[in-house]
Amino acid sequence: MSVDKLKRTVLGLIAVSLFFVSGVVLAEYPLNLTEGVTPTSQKVYDLHMTIFYIVTVIGIAVFAVMTWSIFHHRKSKGAVPAQFHHSTFAEITWTIIPILILVGMAIPATKTLVFMEQTGDAEMTLKVTGYQWKWKYDYLDEDISFFSSLAAADNEARQLNSGIDPSTIENYLKNVDNPIVLPVDTKIRILTTAADVIHSWWVPDLGWKRDAIPGYINDNWTYIEEPGVYRGKCTELCGKDHGFMPIVVHAVSKEDYVTWVAEKKAEQAAASSGKDMTMAELMEKGKTVYGTNCAACHMPNGEGGAAFPALAGSAIATGDVANHVDIVVNGSKNNPMMQAFGQQLNDADLAAVITYERNAWGNDTGDMVQPSDVKAARK
Amino acid sequence: MAKDPTRTAKKLALFAVAMFGFGFALVPIYEVVCEATGIGGRTGVISQSEAEADQVDAERLVTVEFDTNVDSALPWAFKAAEFNMKVHPGEMAEAVFVVENRSDKPVIGKAVPSVAPPIASKFFDKTECFCFTEQRLEAGERKEMIVRFVVGSQLPEDILIMTLSYRFFQVPDNADVAISDTKAVKTKI
Amino acid sequence: MNDAAVHDDHHDHDHKPTGIGRWLFSTNHKDIGTMYLVFSLFMFFVGGAMALVIRAELFQPGMQFVDPQFFNSMTTVHALVMIFGALMPAGVGLANWMIPIMIGAPDMAMPRMNNMSFWILPFAFTLLLSTFFMPGGAPAGGWTMYPPLVLQLGDGFPFLIFAVHFLGISSIMGAINIIATVFNMRAPGMTFMRLPLFVWTWIITAFLLIASMPVLAGAVTMLLTDKFFGTAFFDAAGGGDPLLFQHVFWFFGHPEVYILVLPSFGIISQIIPTFARKPLFGYASMVYATASIAFLSFFVWAHHMFAVGMPLTGELFFMYATMAIAVPTGVKIFNWTATMWKGSMTFETPMLFSIGVLFMFSIGGFSGLMMGITPVDFQYHDTYFIVAHFHYVIVPGIIYGVIAGVYYWLPKWTGVMYDEKLGKLHFWLSTISVNVLFFPMHFIGLAGMPRRIPDYSTQFADWNAIISIGGFVFGLSQLILVWVVIKCARGDGEKATDQVWESAHGLEFTLPSPPPFHSFTTPPVVTDATAHS
Repeated sequence: MSVDKLKRTVLGLIAVSLFFVSGVVLAEYPLNLTEGVTPTSQKVYDLHMTIFYIVTVIGIAVFAVMTWSIFHHRKSKGAVPAQFHHSTFAEITWTIIPILILVGMAIPATKTLVFMEQTGDAEMTLKVTGYQWKWKYDYLDEDISFFSSLAAADNEARQLNSGIDPSTIENYLKNVDNPIVLPVDTKIRILTTAADVIHSWWVPDLGWKRDAIPGYINDNWTYIEEPGVYRGKCTELCGKDHGFMPIVVHAVSKEDYVTWVAEKKAEQAAASSGKDMTMAELMEKGKTVYGTNCAACHMPNGEGGAAFPALAGSAIATGDVANHVDIVVNGSKNNPMMQAFGQQLNDADLAAVITYERNAWGNDTGDMVQPSDVKAARK
Repeated sequence: MAKDPTRTAKKLALFAVAMFGFGFALVPIYEVVCEATGIGGRTGVISQSEAEADQVDAERLVTVEFDTNVDSALPWAFKAAEFNMKVHPGEMAEAVFVVENRSDKPVIGKAVPSVAPPIASKFFDKTECFCFTEQRLEAGERKEMIVRFVVGSQLPEDILIMTLSYRFFQVPDNADVAISDTKAVKTKI
Repeated sequence: MNDAAVHDDHHDHDHKPTGIGRWLFSTNHKDIGTMYLVFSLFMFFVGGAMALVIRAELFQPGMQFVDPQFFNSMTTVHALVMIFGALMPAGVGLANWMIPIMIGAPDMAMPRMNNMSFWILPFAFTLLLSTFFMPGGAPAGGWTMYPPLVLQLGDGFPFLIFAVHFLGISSIMGAINIIATVFNMRAPGMTFMRLPLFVWTWIITAFLLIASMPVLAGAVTMLLTDKFFGTAFFDAAGGGDPLLFQHVFWFFGHPEVYILVLPSFGIISQIIPTFARKPLFGYASMVYATASIAFLSFFVWAHHMFAVGMPLTGELFFMYATMAIAVPTGVKIFNWTATMWKGSMTFETPMLFSIGVLFMFSIGGFSGLMMGITPVDFQYHDTYFIVAHFHYVIVPGIIYGVIAGVYYWLPKWTGVMYDEKLGKLHFWLSTISVNVLFFPMHFIGLAGMPRRIPDYSTQFADWNAIISIGGFVFGLSQLILVWVVIKCARGDGEKATDQVWESAHGLEFTLPSPPPFHSFTTPPVVTDATAHS
């Protein structure tokens, strides 16, 4: 451990004590729940603090009695043991008082819960689907749909012994390739479901999390009051890369949202139009797509890992183009770990990533795969 | 000692065996509880005449959204013809879904429904649905399928929007008849 | 500890077998109790080593030591080993050793079943731990084994399921034995309301075990048939429901929490009166509170699954039921406090650990109450806040109770006093480090760090470094306990009296230290005056 680390650790211990003495909050030592940016998160935060204060007061009272007793009723101070072992009055009192306190806590809790569960009418619906290990977002009213994975830079840094210092990446493990864009001051319904195993979608600033369960559709709502970038995580263990499927929400004004929708639609139309791309375009896009979708198993340098084949110099990536396209789009028949990416990526992304795999890391086949080739290979 | 520990132990062992059975009994109990409370978002099935018996509440309009999902193993496209519709509680409604087999061989699929919010599922009844049976699509076949449903007039006032979601799963081929038979025994509708 | 009983050959009626056969075929409650305790201590270090792998990986952001899959195996198997290998056998071991001599019985009611229920354990853990060497690795889907994730496990899957089956069978046999013993073999005059509280908590625990373990066995059997025999209990594609497993699992899982904690409550209910030199306050209300906690534990399971999306009425019901558990738990805490009040306390190691339970279990109780509040649980759920909560309950709540019991009865078992200086050192090192280890987890949980992740955002780096230091100090401190136990087992220490402690009451303290191989061949007679302290 470096001296620096030690210093910070000592500071941390001091921070703990400071927290109790004066409630000083150090920026490097996050301590509390966020107040968030929605009416729900505000209510939840207030309720959290209320309950926290109540249990703190109870705790101090109970601990004070124990501590007093420990210091005063000790043999070394010559205390003579009393012999009482029963008091109906005391026992009834400390049954009734907690019940009253609990009722006092249950009332605001019930109110908040009822508030959260009333979706009422919503202006738009966002559907969230959990995949191993990325999220798919469908804007049901707009026919926009895309996948969102851990950003390539984070993905590279989080590999075992990557040699990249995570502190060089801003918001490490909380960056994605395609963030969700949502309008502020809009009641949004959020549906959650999953395609494989159970996931859970959580953006703390929105004030809740909800499981995404295969075969189930769950609904919730949010109403973001402040524009900004809000980050979250998957919170239900979903396999190997559970820790690496973050959520990024860009909350923008209603006007900016309309602009974004138009842009996104145009982008999606272009991607599915089958228009040919240049080698440079394919390679550039392919590197990004590879970083977010393929590098977790085949590694950023294409060398593969213990259970995953290398792509650099592999028979598939340097052999028959049609076979390569088929495996990426429809999955491998020989290796169930190789998923079918046809449902997850659009034609342009697939064309780009296959082209990239055939020309990166010294594969240099010179082959170009166009979106139209991918379209043809879809079954 | 007059007492007999072996007897006590035997009784307790019986109790343990009964609790093991109870674990399995929780499966049907769960079904019943889900039916009654809406946990699990299950929808109900009623007959045409039952559906017509419900009073139409012309005062209220409820938005019903249709969400579609396809399991990754199934090479199908599946969409609602209209993404949402407004219905009066108590009124018979019909939604159309389009499904297309994009593979070059016949495939059997089965749709599993779910309703959100869960409480709404108690009041969501179908008289006819493509999800009641398995669907077989020939290579490249495209088909329209319908759901006829009623949102009960007893629906709580505060529910203004609900989602009916389907996920199509692949039904294993004939080679696995035994498996598909066992699975068909428990059909969530 | 193994050769503890070797020293008591001076009792004529002690015809005990020798060599390895004494342990393999043992039907003696003390020998079997010793084996349970030694096994539990061993598994405590196995599970602890896994925890240290976790803490080493989380010491800094970035991945330094293990890949994410192995990390998940560590969290999963750490939990299974600690719960089924360390905590439960510790409780059963103490019950085996103490219950017969606390109620004036010669041995357990079913000695051969007792032997079997112990020897299933090492077998089951061999099955479980062998999965580390199999294709697909050890279980990595969490100890809760939620489908569909758990079904993705490789060749280890059936081994996991059968290990759980065997562990369940073992603990059910142990529980049956305890109830059969207490119901049938009490000494004359030892009425139910004169039973020591440790025995009471164990009766209730044993009933919880018999009621809940078979349900777990049923749930994992359904997993097995789903994977191999084409059933679809939990498979949405076949008309099943993945949430059904969670309901069935937590129907077992919540009572399981009390299976672990009630014996610890029982132990400190024995210890606090001894060192306060004052009878236990509110004996009857303690019994009723324990029973009502156990009863309520069957109606709160869904508070583990608020985030799955339930109808409002369900969420409210489980919130209120969960809050209700705070009442009997509070009664117990207040009763212990009232027992200390106006006592004449001394602070030997067992008392220190018991006071540790009072304070730190309460902290776990408070965070538990916070999480019972459904709307805020949507924020706390599956973050480090819950990790902090249940570790406060389990480590300074349950493990401290067990350690307190070991220090309290070790002189009785071995005939020599433990080293008080080492005991106090053990307590203070553990208590400081356990708080450095678990307290900051509340903060990072609230600030948004999910549980079960092998790597985290840099904002959590400093706290995680502190937590890891706490973890390593705590882990290494436990070696002191091993040293203390070895010293006593070797007879290295002051000779203990029969009563051991100045103000200890109960039948176990009427026997010599160490007690003869066969305790109470002639049953003692219990009167109100000689009943529980």
